Amino acid sequence: MSDASGFGPDLVEVFGPSQQDGGPELVQLLTPEGERVHHPDFDHDFTADQLRGFHRDMVLTRRIDTEATALQRHGELGIWAQLLGQEAAQIGAGRALRPQDYVFPTYREHGVAWCRGVDPLQLLGLFRGVDQGSWDPAENNFGLYTIVIGAQVLHATGYAMGMQRDGVVGTGDPDRDAAVIAHFGDGASSQGDVNEGFIFAASYNAPVVFFCQNNQWAISEPIERQSRIPLYQRALGFGFPGVRVDGNDVLATYAVTKAALQRARDGQGPTFVEAYTYRMGAHTTTDDPTRYRLSDDLEHWKLKDPIARLEVYLRRNGLVDDAYFADLKAEADELGHHLREGCKALPDPSPLSVFDHVYTEITDELAGQRDTYAAYLESFETEGAHR
Amino acid sequence: MSTTKVTLAKALNMGLRKAMEDDPKVLIMGEDVGKLGGVFRITDGLQKDFGEDRVIDSPLAESGIVGTAVGMALRGYRPVVEIQFDGFVYPAYDQIVCQVAKMRFRSQGKSRLPMVIRIPYGGGIGAVEHHSESPEAQFAHTPGLKVVTCSNPVDGYWMIQQAIAHDDPVIFLEPKRQYHADKADLDESATPDPLFASRLVRQGSDATVLAYGPTVKTALKAAEAASGEGTSLEVIDLRTLSPLDMAPVYDSVRRTGRCVVVHEAHVNLGLGAEIAARVTEECFYSLEAPVLRVGGFDTPYPPSRIEEEWLPDLDRLLDAVDRSLQF
Repeated sequence: MSDASGFGPDLVEVFGPSQQDGGPELVQLLTPEGERVHHPDFDHDFTADQLRGFHRDMVLTRRIDTEATALQRHGELGIWAQLLGQEAAQIGAGRALRPQDYVFPTYREHGVAWCRGVDPLQLLGLFRGVDQGSWDPAENNFGLYTIVIGAQVLHATGYAMGMQRDGVVGTGDPDRDAAVIAHFGDGASSQGDVNEGFIFAASYNAPVVFFCQNNQWAISEPIERQSRIPLYQRALGFGFPGVRVDGNDVLATYAVTKAALQRARDGQGPTFVEAYTYRMGAHTTTDDPTRYRLSDDLEHWKLKDPIARLEVYLRRNGLVDDAYFADLKAEADELGHHLREGCKALPDPSPLSVFDHVYTEITDELAGQRDTYAAYLESFETEGAHR
Repeated sequence: MSTTKVTLAKALNMGLRKAMEDDPKVLIMGEDVGKLGGVFRITDGLQKDFGEDRVIDSPLAESGIVGTAVGMALRGYRPVVEIQFDGFVYPAYDQIVCQVAKMRFRSQGKSRLPMVIRIPYGGGIGAVEHHSESPEAQFAHTPGLKVVTCSNPVDGYWMIQQAIAHDDPVIFLEPKRQYHADKADLDESATPDPLFASRLVRQGSDATVLAYGPTVKTALKAAEAASGEGTSLEVIDLRTLSPLDMAPVYDSVRRTGRCVVVHEAHVNLGLGAEIAARVTEECFYSLEAPVLRVGGFDTPYPPSRIEEEWLPDLDRLLDAVDRSLQF
């Protein structure tokens, strides 16, 4: 369709009926009904162990989310950012990584953290208010959660530029070549930092995969408020490929992300992956989605549940038995117990610890503030002793 | 001992070169820093000698420059980024204040960001708007950053190397009016003063003048003029704005009993306000007059035809000294 002015296609229709369910470009390997389909560019052979592994990862990730949400309801967490519905996008992306790759997450990447071996208990600290991220980013090549929307996309690009300078890109050695994955959402795609990240990565051909979980909602604002074209199509304007993958299909997400990461490791530059998914829960536990979206939409997306479709496939093909599910349930229960008990046992930091780590070595002026404050705190203890 | 006569611009260039020679992890990034050598030529010749991978011409986006430098620092590099002019640093403000400043703290010391953000600052070059500003208080107000400024070529040479070798992020402010103004004798074999130390640059007994960056020269000229009229001014070059090195200031004010702070930045909530508060707390019984501040007025930076009137000059500084002496 062209408009009369000669400026090309009328963009208004881009979010119309043709784009429902992701549109014709959506890469899918497993349908919502659990049917295995094939794709000309991104097909992949999965072993039974791999498929069960994806399923286990998603079930346990959902358990982390459920437990953390409950802990917030019980007052043990101040807030929690739920990932319900986005398990496939995160596990697919997380399992496509190699140990030498590096992840820059948002604050919702609990499934990716799981794949990187971060103890999920450590994810709770930020939300409980006892720390601002306690894992060592260098240990699992998994950065700290970033709250300022999109800021980490630039860090990811710079880190990838560092990899280029370290000579770990395009050597052909699979144990050496590395890439970065930058996570962000549909809302972040409007941020200047994200767009600047695209520009820098394109300019330097940096080995970075821009992995956008388009969960349709930036708190209360629908994707239509952020973009007039499907997000993956923006990549072309920056000079690198963009792909839209079914983010509720763990197989397709894995296959597409794996290919994009390999492209980056091989020195072929950045790729934009739009994982088309849906935030089944609220933005965070403080949010009330009933104020801005229809329950019909939720019901529609429930039919595309990422775990259910893989479960159907596994059962139908005889890849799982009752013992598998019993073991998995036991494992999930143990994880839940670990999170519940561990969360309550997370110690509050000492008030004086706020002075630690502001600088490499505490400055004289800060040491002065700390000592004065310490003496002030101590004065109460002394007073108490006299009473 | 051999010395060379160099401008501040040349001294900074030599310091950057030395830092790059000493540590292969040092990278330079910014707009036009490569072939052009920067709009002020501070990075002149460095890309030719160290290559495009180490002296990186960046896309024209300040947040992008600082944000990618964060990533490079996390990867183990020591990026030195150039913000082309003071007034252009604000697009990078979020990255500097929310990301650069806090990374060490929020990671409980696990992630360090050894990076230097060079910013040519200050007025007096007849530029159009946004090219003459003094944003130091915005960064000195931010915990996690260190903020230093050089006032002369010798300090420029040493301080830029010390800032690059330092493990915390440093905002490095360069008084652009001084880039090509004066030459000084530089002895590369000398032992420099510590980075985070103020320095007594002229002894006196009647009042203490605190200056930094572009106003040090003004203060020294004022002291010279005052001495002709029988007034003896002590001048301290603060050099480090965060943390402040106040011990030499307190020593001086306890002797002179009077203190005037001079900077180009707006007076309201500027460095002078913080210094006045601290001097009042520490030297209360030695003070003969309130601490006075001389600086830019609390207006936007003016059109350049009246900037010399707006900027604190020798006469406005001496006027404040007189008010202090008459108090």
